Amino acid sequence: MVELKKVSYAVKDEASGKKQDILKDLDLCFGDASVTVITGPNGSGKSTLIKLLMGLERPTSGRILFNGEDVTGLSVTERAQKGFTIAFQQPVRFKGITVKKLLGLAGGAQPDIGQMCNCLSAVGLCARDYIDRQVDGTLSGGELKRIELAMALAKGGEVFLLDEPEAGIDLWSFEDLVRIFNRLRDKTVIIVSHQHRILETADKIVLFENDRVVSAGKKEEMFAKLSQRPALCSMQIKEV
Amino acid sequence: MDNTDRELLETIADLHEIPEGSFNIRKNGTLLARGCDKDIEIVSKTDKDGIDIIVRPGVKNRSVHIPVLLTVGNFQDTVYNDFYIGEGADVTIIAGCGIHNDTCDSAEHDGIHTFYVGKNAKVRYVERHYANGSGSGKRVFDPVTKIYLKEKSCFILESTQLGGVTYSDRKTVASLGKEARLFVKEKIMTDGQERAVTDFKVTLRGRGSRADIVSRSVARGNSLQHFRSDLIGKNECFGHVECDGIVLDGARIISTPKIDAVSTEASLVHEAAVGKIAGEQLIKLMSLGLTEQEAENAVIQGFLS
Repeated sequence: MVELKKVSYAVKDEASGKKQDILKDLDLCFGDASVTVITGPNGSGKSTLIKLLMGLERPTSGRILFNGEDVTGLSVTERAQKGFTIAFQQPVRFKGITVKKLLGLAGGAQPDIGQMCNCLSAVGLCARDYIDRQVDGTLSGGELKRIELAMALAKGGEVFLLDEPEAGIDLWSFEDLVRIFNRLRDKTVIIVSHQHRILETADKIVLFENDRVVSAGKKEEMFAKLSQRPALCSMQIKEV
Repeated sequence: MDNTDRELLETIADLHEIPEGSFNIRKNGTLLARGCDKDIEIVSKTDKDGIDIIVRPGVKNRSVHIPVLLTVGNFQDTVYNDFYIGEGADVTIIAGCGIHNDTCDSAEHDGIHTFYVGKNAKVRYVERHYANGSGSGKRVFDPVTKIYLKEKSCFILESTQLGGVTYSDRKTVASLGKEARLFVKEKIMTDGQERAVTDFKVTLRGRGSRADIVSRSVARGNSLQHFRSDLIGKNECFGHVECDGIVLDGARIISTPKIDAVSTEASLVHEAAVGKIAGEQLIKLMSLGLTEQEAENAVIQGFLS
Protein backbone atom coordinates (compact mmCIF):
# COMPACT_ATOMS: atom_id res chain seq x y z
CA MET A 1 0.00 0.00 0.00
CA VAL A 2 1.22 3.46 -0.90
CA GLU A 3 -0.03 6.47 1.04
CA LEU A 4 0.47 10.18 0.53
CA LYS A 5 0.08 12.28 3.68
CA LYS A 6 -0.42 16.00 3.13
CA VAL A 7 2.00 15.99 0.21
CA SER A 8 2.72 19.34 -1.40
CA TYR A 9 5.09 20.25 -4.18
CA ALA A 10 5.87 23.81 -5.19
CA VAL A 11 8.32 25.48 -7.54
CA LYS A 12 9.53 29.03 -7.83
CA ASP A 13 8.05 30.86 -10.79
CA GLU A 14 11.01 31.96 -12.94
CA ALA A 15 9.33 35.16 -14.09
CA SER A 16 7.69 36.46 -10.94
CA GLY A 17 9.93 34.77 -8.37
CA LYS A 18 6.83 33.71 -6.49
CA LYS A 19 6.12 30.26 -5.16
CA GLN A 20 3.84 28.25 -7.42
CA ASP A 21 1.97 25.23 -6.11
CA ILE A 22 1.98 22.19 -8.38
CA LEU A 23 0.38 19.89 -5.82
CA LYS A 24 -1.12 20.94 -2.51
CA ASP A 25 -1.94 18.96 0.62
CA LEU A 26 -2.50 15.72 -1.18
CA ASP A 27 -3.93 12.84 0.83
CA LEU A 28 -4.19 9.70 -1.25
CA CYS A 29 -4.07 5.98 -0.73
CA PHE A 30 -3.27 3.32 -3.32
CA GLY A 31 -4.18 -0.12 -2.10
CA ASP A 32 -2.57 -3.49 -2.78
CA ALA A 33 -3.92 -5.44 -5.75
CA SER A 34 -5.63 -2.42 -7.27
CA VAL A 35 -5.47 -0.40 -10.47
CA THR A 36 -5.87 3.35 -10.02
CA VAL A 37 -6.08 5.67 -12.99
CA ILE A 38 -5.23 9.31 -12.43
CA THR A 39 -6.81 11.67 -14.90
CA GLY A 40 -7.40 15.37 -15.32
CA PRO A 41 -6.43 18.32 -17.49
CA ASN A 42 -2.88 19.04 -18.64
CA GLY A 43 -0.86 20.82 -16.02
CA SER A 44 -2.91 19.56 -13.10
CA GLY A 45 0.09 17.76 -11.54
CA LYS A 46 -0.48 14.14 -12.59
CA SER A 47 3.02 13.48 -13.93
CA THR A 48 4.48 15.36 -10.95
CA LEU A 49 2.72 12.92 -8.65
CA ILE A 50 4.34 10.01 -10.51
CA LYS A 51 7.74 11.69 -10.15
CA LEU A 52 7.20 12.20 -6.42
CA LEU A 53 6.21 8.57 -6.01
CA MET A 54 9.33 7.35 -7.87
CA GLY A 55 11.65 9.72 -6.02
CA LEU A 56 12.54 11.80 -9.08
CA GLU A 57 11.33 14.86 -7.19
CA ARG A 58 11.03 15.44 -3.44
CA PRO A 59 7.86 16.84 -1.89
CA THR A 60 8.11 20.35 -0.49
CA SER A 61 6.22 19.01 2.50
CA GLY A 62 4.34 15.88 3.52
CA ARG A 63 5.23 12.20 3.59
CA ILE A 64 5.03 9.19 1.30
CA LEU A 65 4.59 5.81 2.95
CA PHE A 66 5.07 2.37 1.44
CA ASN A 67 3.58 -0.44 3.51
CA GLY A 68 3.80 1.90 6.49
CA GLU A 69 7.47 2.78 5.94
CA ASP A 70 8.35 6.41 5.28
CA VAL A 71 10.08 6.43 1.87
CA THR A 72 9.95 10.22 1.32
CA GLY A 73 13.71 10.63 1.61
CA LEU A 74 14.69 7.58 -0.47
CA SER A 75 16.45 8.01 -3.81
CA VAL A 76 15.25 6.65 -7.18
CA THR A 77 17.61 3.68 -6.89
CA GLU A 78 16.46 2.87 -3.38
CA ARG A 79 12.79 3.05 -4.34
CA ALA A 80 13.43 0.89 -7.42
CA GLN A 81 15.10 -1.67 -5.16
CA LYS A 82 12.13 -1.54 -2.78
CA GLY A 83 9.75 -2.47 -5.59
CA PHE A 84 8.74 0.80 -7.26
CA THR A 85 8.75 0.42 -11.05
CA ILE A 86 8.12 3.17 -13.57
CA ALA A 87 7.33 3.28 -17.28
CA PHE A 88 8.05 6.81 -18.44
CA GLN A 89 5.75 8.85 -20.62
CA GLN A 90 8.62 9.57 -22.98
CA PRO A 91 11.03 6.64 -23.19
CA VAL A 92 14.73 7.35 -23.45
CA ARG A 93 16.95 6.27 -26.33
CA PHE A 94 20.35 4.67 -25.74
CA LYS A 95 22.99 4.51 -28.47
CA GLY A 96 24.64 1.12 -28.53
CA ILE A 97 22.48 -0.54 -25.86
CA THR A 98 20.35 -3.41 -27.10
CA VAL A 99 16.84 -4.37 -26.01
CA LYS A 100 18.36 -7.53 -24.54
CA LYS A 101 20.86 -5.56 -22.48
CA LEU A 102 18.20 -3.20 -21.12
CA LEU A 103 15.82 -6.03 -20.27
CA GLY A 104 18.77 -7.77 -18.60
CA LEU A 105 19.53 -4.68 -16.51
CA ALA A 106 15.85 -4.42 -15.64
CA GLY A 107 15.61 -8.06 -14.62
CA GLY A 108 18.79 -7.90 -12.55
CA ALA A 109 21.13 -10.78 -11.66
CA GLN A 110 21.37 -13.38 -14.41
CA PRO A 111 19.34 -12.41 -17.46
CA ASP A 112 16.84 -15.08 -18.39
CA ILE A 113 16.22 -15.09 -22.14
CA GLY A 114 12.90 -16.91 -21.76
CA GLN A 115 11.66 -14.26 -19.35
CA MET A 116 12.81 -11.45 -21.67
CA CYS A 117 10.94 -12.97 -24.62
CA ASN A 118 7.88 -13.34 -22.45
CA CYS A 119 7.98 -9.62 -21.57
CA LEU A 120 8.35 -8.60 -25.22
CA SER A 121 5.49 -10.86 -26.28
CA ALA A 122 3.32 -9.30 -23.58
CA VAL A 123 3.72 -5.89 -25.21
CA GLY A 124 3.02 -7.29 -28.66
CA LEU A 125 6.60 -7.45 -29.95
CA CYS A 126 8.18 -10.52 -31.51
CA ALA A 127 11.24 -11.22 -29.36
CA ARG A 128 13.26 -12.62 -32.26
CA ASP A 129 12.91 -9.35 -34.20
CA TYR A 130 13.70 -7.04 -31.32
CA ILE A 131 16.02 -8.66 -28.80
CA ASP A 132 19.21 -7.59 -30.60
CA ARG A 133 17.95 -4.21 -31.81
CA GLN A 134 19.56 -1.11 -30.37
CA VAL A 135 17.30 1.16 -28.33
CA ASP A 136 18.13 4.18 -30.49
CA GLY A 137 16.62 6.33 -33.20
CA THR A 138 16.01 3.30 -35.43
CA LEU A 139 12.99 2.38 -33.29
CA SER A 140 9.70 4.18 -33.74
CA GLY A 141 7.98 5.99 -30.87
CA GLY A 142 5.44 3.19 -30.52
CA GLU A 143 8.13 0.51 -30.46
CA LEU A 144 10.06 2.42 -27.79
CA LYS A 145 6.92 2.77 -25.71
CA ARG A 146 6.30 -0.97 -25.84
CA ILE A 147 9.91 -1.70 -24.90
CA GLU A 148 9.53 0.72 -21.99
CA LEU A 149 6.56 -1.31 -20.76
CA ALA A 150 8.42 -4.59 -21.37
CA MET A 151 11.24 -3.25 -19.19
CA ALA A 152 8.79 -2.51 -16.38
CA LEU A 153 7.48 -6.08 -16.63
CA ALA A 154 11.02 -7.49 -16.70
CA LYS A 155 11.95 -5.52 -13.62
CA GLY A 156 8.87 -6.56 -11.70
CA GLY A 157 8.08 -5.01 -8.32
CA GLU A 158 5.16 -4.14 -6.10
CA VAL A 159 4.18 -0.64 -7.23
CA PHE A 160 3.85 0.09 -10.96
CA LEU A 161 3.77 3.71 -12.09
CA LEU A 162 2.71 3.98 -15.74
CA ASP A 163 2.71 7.49 -17.14
CA GLU A 164 0.40 7.65 -20.16
CA PRO A 165 1.21 4.10 -21.27
CA GLU A 166 -1.05 4.45 -24.31
CA ALA A 167 0.81 7.47 -25.77
CA GLY A 168 2.13 6.56 -29.21
CA ILE A 169 0.61 3.09 -29.20
CA ASP A 170 -1.85 2.44 -31.98
CA LEU A 171 -5.48 1.82 -31.27
CA TRP A 172 -5.23 -1.86 -32.27
CA SER A 173 -2.80 -2.51 -29.45
CA PHE A 174 -5.05 -1.40 -26.62
CA GLU A 175 -5.94 -5.00 -25.98
CA ASP A 176 -2.24 -5.67 -25.28
CA LEU A 177 -2.24 -2.86 -22.73
CA VAL A 178 -5.37 -4.12 -21.04
CA ARG A 179 -3.81 -7.59 -20.83
CA ILE A 180 -0.73 -6.05 -19.18
CA PHE A 181 -2.87 -4.31 -16.56
CA ASN A 182 -4.66 -7.57 -15.90
CA ARG A 183 -1.30 -9.30 -15.49
CA LEU A 184 -0.47 -6.76 -12.78
CA ARG A 185 -3.78 -7.12 -10.95
CA ASP A 186 -2.08 -8.39 -7.79
CA LYS A 187 0.14 -5.27 -7.61
CA THR A 188 -0.39 -1.63 -6.79
CA VAL A 189 -0.79 -0.10 -10.24
CA ILE A 190 -1.01 3.68 -10.70
CA ILE A 191 -1.65 4.87 -14.24
CA VAL A 192 -1.83 8.41 -15.60
CA SER A 193 -4.13 8.46 -18.59
CA HIS A 194 -6.79 10.39 -20.47
CA GLN A 195 -8.05 7.44 -22.43
CA HIS A 196 -11.51 6.16 -21.79
CA ARG A 197 -10.53 2.56 -22.53
CA ILE A 198 -7.81 2.76 -19.90
CA LEU A 199 -10.12 4.43 -17.39
CA GLU A 200 -12.39 1.44 -17.89
CA THR A 201 -9.72 -0.90 -16.56
CA ALA A 202 -9.49 0.99 -13.27
CA ASP A 203 -10.71 -0.12 -9.89
CA LYS A 204 -10.42 3.48 -8.76
CA ILE A 205 -10.23 6.79 -10.58
CA VAL A 206 -8.60 9.94 -9.22
CA LEU A 207 -9.48 13.23 -10.86
CA PHE A 208 -6.99 16.08 -10.65
CA GLU A 209 -7.67 19.72 -11.27
CA ASN A 210 -5.58 22.76 -10.42
CA ASP A 211 -3.00 21.23 -8.09
CA ARG A 212 -5.41 19.10 -6.08
CA VAL A 213 -7.59 16.05 -6.19
CA VAL A 214 -11.11 17.19 -6.90
CA SER A 215 -12.61 13.80 -6.73
CA ALA A 216 -11.62 10.20 -6.17
CA GLY A 217 -13.68 7.08 -6.05
CA LYS A 218 -14.68 3.81 -7.60
CA LYS A 219 -14.81 3.62 -11.37
CA GLU A 220 -18.61 3.56 -11.70
CA GLU A 221 -19.29 6.60 -9.56
CA MET A 222 -16.41 8.53 -11.12
CA PHE A 223 -17.63 7.82 -14.65
CA ALA A 224 -20.91 9.42 -13.72
CA LYS A 225 -19.13 12.54 -12.44
CA LEU A 226 -16.78 12.73 -15.40
CA SER A 227 -19.59 12.54 -17.91
CA GLN A 228 -21.06 15.67 -16.34
CA ARG A 229 -17.74 17.54 -16.65
CA PRO A 230 -16.20 16.30 -19.90
CA ALA A 231 -13.79 19.24 -20.14
CA LEU A 232 -11.82 17.77 -17.25
CA CYS A 233 -10.83 14.75 -19.20
CA SER A 234 -10.19 14.01 -22.83
CA MET A 235 -12.84 14.27 -25.47
CA GLN A 236 -13.25 10.52 -25.34
CA ILE A 237 -14.98 10.80 -22.01
CA LYS A 238 -18.00 12.02 -23.92
CA GLU A 239 -18.48 8.44 -25.05
CA VAL A 240 -19.34 7.40 -21.50
CA MET B 1 56.07 -15.84 -24.20
CA ASP B 2 55.60 -14.83 -20.58
CA ASN B 3 52.41 -13.97 -18.72
CA THR B 4 52.55 -10.28 -19.71
CA ASP B 5 52.79 -11.27 -23.37
CA ARG B 6 49.85 -13.64 -23.00
CA GLU B 7 47.72 -10.99 -21.28
CA LEU B 8 48.48 -8.42 -23.97
CA LEU B 9 47.84 -10.92 -26.78
CA GLU B 10 44.52 -11.89 -25.29
CA THR B 11 43.47 -8.25 -24.92
CA ILE B 12 44.45 -7.01 -28.35
CA ALA B 13 43.92 -10.10 -30.50
CA ASP B 14 41.81 -12.58 -28.47
CA LEU B 15 44.72 -14.97 -28.77
CA HIS B 16 45.40 -17.39 -25.96
CA GLU B 17 48.28 -19.18 -27.62
CA ILE B 18 50.26 -19.07 -30.84
CA PRO B 19 47.61 -19.37 -33.59
CA GLU B 20 47.57 -21.75 -36.53
CA GLY B 21 47.79 -20.75 -40.20
CA SER B 22 49.21 -17.37 -41.16
CA PHE B 23 50.33 -15.04 -38.40
CA ASN B 24 53.17 -12.77 -37.39
CA ILE B 25 53.89 -11.79 -33.80
CA ARG B 26 56.39 -9.01 -33.23
CA LYS B 27 57.86 -8.23 -29.83
CA ASN B 28 60.12 -5.34 -28.92
CA GLY B 29 61.12 -4.73 -32.52
CA THR B 30 61.92 -8.32 -33.46
CA LEU B 31 60.04 -11.32 -34.78
CA LEU B 32 58.68 -13.56 -32.03
CA ALA B 33 56.82 -16.07 -34.18
CA ARG B 34 55.51 -16.44 -37.71
CA GLY B 35 53.44 -18.88 -39.69
CA CYS B 36 52.27 -18.75 -43.27
CA ASP B 37 50.78 -20.94 -45.95
CA LYS B 38 50.14 -20.90 -49.68
CA ASP B 39 47.00 -18.76 -49.37
CA ILE B 40 48.41 -16.00 -47.17
CA GLU B 41 52.10 -15.38 -47.50
CA ILE B 42 54.10 -13.23 -45.06
CA VAL B 43 57.47 -11.93 -46.19
CA SER B 44 59.93 -9.70 -44.32
CA LYS B 45 60.86 -6.47 -46.03
CA THR B 46 64.50 -6.09 -46.95
CA ASP B 47 64.73 -2.29 -47.22
CA LYS B 48 63.05 -1.37 -43.93
CA ASP B 49 61.39 -2.86 -40.87
CA GLY B 50 58.12 -4.55 -41.70
CA ILE B 51 56.38 -7.26 -43.63
CA ASP B 52 54.41 -7.82 -46.82
CA ILE B 53 51.22 -9.80 -46.38
CA ILE B 54 50.09 -11.28 -49.65
CA VAL B 55 46.63 -12.78 -49.89
CA ARG B 56 46.10 -14.84 -53.04
CA PRO B 57 43.14 -14.02 -55.27
CA GLY B 58 39.94 -15.84 -54.43
CA VAL B 59 40.99 -16.91 -50.90
CA LYS B 60 37.85 -16.96 -48.78
CA ASN B 61 37.00 -17.01 -45.08
CA ARG B 62 40.56 -16.83 -43.83
CA SER B 63 42.02 -14.75 -41.05
CA VAL B 64 45.53 -13.57 -40.24
CA HIS B 65 46.83 -12.26 -36.92
CA ILE B 66 49.68 -9.76 -36.84
CA PRO B 67 49.89 -8.44 -33.26
CA VAL B 68 52.75 -6.40 -31.86
CA LEU B 69 53.94 -6.43 -28.25
CA LEU B 70 56.07 -3.80 -26.59
CA THR B 71 57.20 -4.53 -23.05
CA VAL B 72 60.23 -2.29 -22.58
CA GLY B 73 60.72 1.44 -22.07
CA ASN B 74 62.98 3.84 -23.95
CA PHE B 75 61.95 2.19 -27.21
CA GLN B 76 60.44 3.53 -30.42
CA ASP B 77 59.25 0.90 -32.87
CA THR B 78 58.19 1.88 -36.38
CA VAL B 79 57.03 -0.86 -38.67
CA TYR B 80 55.90 -0.74 -42.30
CA ASN B 81 53.38 -3.41 -43.20
CA ASP B 82 51.95 -3.67 -46.71
CA PHE B 83 48.93 -5.79 -47.49
CA TYR B 84 48.22 -7.03 -51.00
CA ILE B 85 44.73 -8.46 -51.17
CA GLY B 86 44.07 -10.47 -54.34
CA GLU B 87 40.96 -10.12 -56.47
CA GLY B 88 37.85 -11.67 -54.98
CA ALA B 89 39.52 -12.59 -51.69
CA ASP B 90 37.61 -12.35 -48.41
CA VAL B 91 39.80 -12.12 -45.31
CA THR B 92 39.87 -10.86 -41.73
CA ILE B 93 43.08 -9.25 -40.53
CA ILE B 94 43.53 -8.84 -36.80
CA ALA B 95 46.26 -6.38 -35.94
CA GLY B 96 46.81 -4.29 -32.86
CA CYS B 97 49.47 -3.50 -30.37
CA GLY B 98 49.81 -3.90 -26.66
CA ILE B 99 52.30 -1.87 -24.66
CA HIS B 100 53.33 -2.79 -21.15
CA ASN B 101 55.65 -0.17 -19.76
CA ASP B 102 56.88 -0.36 -16.18
CA THR B 103 59.66 2.16 -16.75
CA CYS B 104 59.84 5.94 -16.61
CA ASP B 105 60.94 6.13 -20.26
CA SER B 106 58.55 6.21 -23.16
CA ALA B 107 57.49 3.24 -25.26
CA GLU B 108 56.11 3.96 -28.73
CA HIS B 109 54.79 1.86 -31.56
CA ASP B 110 53.98 3.33 -34.96
CA GLY B 111 52.41 0.90 -37.38
CA ILE B 112 52.40 2.23 -40.93
CA HIS B 113 49.94 -0.01 -42.74
CA THR B 114 49.09 0.18 -46.42
CA PHE B 115 46.33 -1.88 -48.00
CA TYR B 116 46.04 -2.56 -51.71
CA VAL B 117 42.67 -4.20 -52.08
CA GLY B 118 41.93 -5.89 -55.39
CA LYS B 119 38.72 -5.88 -57.40
CA ASN B 120 35.73 -7.51 -55.64
CA ALA B 121 37.84 -8.33 -52.58
CA LYS B 122 36.59 -7.88 -49.02
CA VAL B 123 38.72 -7.11 -45.97
CA ARG B 124 37.72 -6.82 -42.35
CA TYR B 125 40.57 -5.17 -40.51
CA VAL B 126 40.42 -5.20 -36.72
CA GLU B 127 42.94 -3.06 -34.87
CA ARG B 128 43.10 -2.74 -31.12
CA HIS B 129 45.45 -0.60 -29.11
CA TYR B 130 45.92 -1.10 -25.42
CA ALA B 131 48.55 -0.10 -22.89
CA ASN B 132 49.27 -0.67 -19.23
CA GLY B 133 52.18 -0.72 -16.82
CA SER B 134 53.18 0.86 -13.55
CA GLY B 135 55.89 3.20 -14.87
CA SER B 136 55.54 6.91 -15.48
CA GLY B 137 56.92 6.49 -19.01
CA LYS B 138 54.64 7.46 -21.87
CA ARG B 139 52.79 4.82 -23.87
CA VAL B 140 52.40 6.13 -27.39
CA PHE B 141 50.79 4.97 -30.66
CA ASP B 142 50.98 6.92 -33.90
CA PRO B 143 49.44 4.57 -36.46
CA VAL B 144 48.97 5.38 -40.12
CA THR B 145 46.55 3.37 -42.23
CA LYS B 146 46.39 3.86 -46.00
CA ILE B 147 43.68 2.08 -47.92
CA TYR B 148 43.42 1.82 -51.70
CA LEU B 149 40.23 0.18 -52.86
CA LYS B 150 39.73 -1.08 -56.39
CA GLU B 151 36.40 -1.55 -58.13
CA LYS B 152 33.64 -3.17 -56.05
CA SER B 153 35.97 -3.97 -53.18
CA CYS B 154 34.94 -3.54 -49.56
CA PHE B 155 36.96 -2.58 -46.49
CA ILE B 156 35.68 -2.71 -42.93
CA LEU B 157 37.91 -1.02 -40.38
CA GLU B 158 37.20 -1.66 -36.72
CA SER B 159 39.58 0.36 -34.66
CA THR B 160 39.56 0.40 -30.87
CA GLN B 161 41.72 2.21 -28.37
CA LEU B 162 40.92 0.49 -25.12
CA GLY B 163 42.68 2.61 -22.58
CA GLY B 164 46.02 3.29 -20.93
CA VAL B 165 47.42 5.03 -24.02
CA THR B 166 49.15 8.27 -23.04
CA TYR B 167 49.18 9.74 -26.50
CA SER B 168 47.95 8.61 -29.89
CA ASP B 169 47.85 10.29 -33.27
CA ARG B 170 46.01 8.14 -35.77
CA LYS B 171 45.90 8.93 -39.45
CA THR B 172 43.67 7.09 -41.88
CA VAL B 173 43.76 7.82 -45.59
CA ALA B 174 41.53 6.05 -48.08
CA SER B 175 40.89 6.23 -51.79
CA LEU B 176 37.85 4.47 -53.22
CA GLY B 177 37.39 3.25 -56.77
CA LYS B 178 34.19 2.53 -58.66
CA GLU B 179 31.48 1.07 -56.41
CA ALA B 180 34.01 0.44 -53.65
CA ARG B 181 32.80 0.62 -50.04
CA LEU B 182 34.51 1.66 -46.83
CA PHE B 183 33.02 1.18 -43.37
CA VAL B 184 34.82 2.51 -40.33
CA LYS B 185 33.85 1.94 -36.73
CA GLU B 186 36.22 3.66 -34.36
CA LYS B 187 36.06 3.56 -30.56
CA ILE B 188 38.34 5.57 -28.32
CA MET B 189 38.46 5.77 -24.54
CA THR B 190 40.77 8.19 -22.76
CA ASP B 191 41.29 9.10 -19.12
CA GLY B 192 43.65 11.09 -16.89
CA GLN B 193 45.98 13.32 -18.89
CA GLU B 194 45.77 11.20 -22.07
CA ARG B 195 45.56 12.76 -25.52
CA ALA B 196 44.13 11.15 -28.65
CA VAL B 197 43.97 12.61 -32.12
CA THR B 198 42.29 10.84 -35.00
CA ASP B 199 42.33 12.10 -38.53
CA PHE B 200 40.48 10.71 -41.56
CA LYS B 201 40.96 11.70 -45.16
CA VAL B 202 38.71 9.75 -47.47
CA THR B 203 38.48 10.41 -51.19
CA LEU B 204 35.51 8.96 -53.02
CA ARG B 205 36.90 8.82 -56.55
CA GLY B 206 34.83 6.15 -58.23
CA ARG B 207 31.22 6.36 -59.38
CA GLY B 208 28.94 4.65 -56.90
CA SER B 209 31.54 4.53 -54.13
CA ARG B 210 30.39 4.77 -50.53
CA ALA B 211 32.01 5.53 -47.18
CA ASP B 212 30.48 5.30 -43.74
CA ILE B 213 32.65 6.47 -40.86
CA VAL B 214 31.37 6.22 -37.31
CA SER B 215 33.51 7.34 -34.39
CA ARG B 216 32.43 6.90 -30.78
CA SER B 217 34.54 8.29 -28.03
CA VAL B 218 34.48 8.63 -24.28
CA ALA B 219 36.80 11.09 -22.56
CA ARG B 220 37.21 11.03 -18.78
CA GLY B 221 39.48 12.78 -16.30
CA ASN B 222 41.37 15.65 -17.91
CA SER B 223 41.86 13.84 -21.20
CA LEU B 224 41.54 15.47 -24.59
CA GLN B 225 40.40 14.02 -27.90
CA HIS B 226 40.35 15.61 -31.30
CA PHE B 227 38.45 14.06 -34.18
CA ARG B 228 39.14 15.38 -37.65
CA SER B 229 37.61 14.20 -40.87
CA ASP B 230 37.97 15.26 -44.46
CA LEU B 231 35.55 13.59 -46.83
CA ILE B 232 35.97 14.39 -50.50
CA GLY B 233 33.41 13.39 -53.14
CA LYS B 234 34.85 13.44 -56.64
CA ASN B 235 32.14 11.49 -58.39
CA GLU B 236 28.59 10.29 -57.93
CA CYS B 237 29.03 8.86 -54.44
CA PHE B 238 27.73 8.80 -50.88
CA GLY B 239 29.72 9.60 -47.77
CA HIS B 240 28.64 9.75 -44.15
CA VAL B 241 30.71 10.72 -41.11
CA GLU B 242 29.37 10.50 -37.59
CA CYS B 243 31.28 11.53 -34.49
CA ASP B 244 29.63 10.97 -31.13
CA GLY B 245 31.42 11.76 -27.91
CA ILE B 246 30.70 11.54 -24.22
CA VAL B 247 32.68 13.86 -21.97
CA LEU B 248 32.99 13.31 -18.25
CA ASP B 249 34.82 15.03 -15.40
CA GLY B 250 37.05 17.77 -16.86
CA ALA B 251 37.63 16.13 -20.22
CA ARG B 252 37.28 17.72 -23.65
CA ILE B 253 36.42 16.50 -27.14
CA ILE B 254 36.89 18.53 -30.29
CA SER B 255 35.28 17.51 -33.58
CA THR B 256 36.39 19.15 -36.79
CA PRO B 257 34.45 18.01 -39.80
CA LYS B 258 35.12 18.84 -43.39
CA ILE B 259 33.11 17.64 -46.33
CA ASP B 260 34.00 18.61 -49.85
CA ALA B 261 31.64 17.87 -52.72
CA VAL B 262 33.99 18.31 -55.65
CA SER B 263 31.42 16.65 -57.86
CA THR B 264 27.85 17.94 -57.96
CA GLU B 265 26.77 14.30 -57.92
CA ALA B 266 28.36 13.70 -54.53
CA SER B 267 26.16 13.34 -51.46
CA LEU B 268 28.04 13.89 -48.22
CA VAL B 269 26.74 14.00 -44.66
CA HIS B 270 28.41 14.87 -41.39
CA GLU B 271 26.91 14.43 -37.93
CA ALA B 272 28.56 15.22 -34.63
CA ALA B 273 27.26 15.22 -31.09
CA VAL B 274 29.43 15.75 -28.03
CA GLY B 275 28.22 16.16 -24.50
CA LYS B 276 27.64 14.68 -21.07
CA ILE B 277 25.61 11.53 -20.55
CA ALA B 278 21.98 12.57 -20.83
CA GLY B 279 20.41 12.93 -17.40
CA GLU B 280 17.31 11.02 -18.45
CA GLN B 281 19.44 8.02 -19.45
CA LEU B 282 20.91 7.86 -15.96
CA ILE B 283 17.49 8.34 -14.36
CA LYS B 284 15.99 5.54 -16.46
CA LEU B 285 18.72 3.10 -15.46
CA MET B 286 18.55 4.19 -11.82
CA SER B 287 14.81 3.53 -11.92
CA LEU B 288 15.75 -0.07 -12.75
CA GLY B 289 17.67 -0.26 -9.48
CA LEU B 290 21.18 0.73 -10.63
CA THR B 291 23.24 3.22 -8.68
CA GLU B 292 24.32 6.39 -10.47
CA GLN B 293 27.82 4.97 -11.01
CA GLU B 294 26.47 1.67 -12.34
CA ALA B 295 24.13 3.57 -14.65
CA GLU B 296 27.01 5.69 -15.97
CA ASN B 297 29.12 2.57 -16.61
CA ALA B 298 26.23 0.84 -18.40
CA VAL B 299 25.71 3.84 -20.71
CA ILE B 300 29.43 4.04 -21.55
CA GLN B 301 29.78 0.30 -22.05
CA GLY B 302 26.82 0.29 -24.44
CA PHE B 303 28.02 3.39 -26.25
CA LEU B 304 31.39 1.79 -26.95
CA SER B 305 30.07 -1.69 -27.69
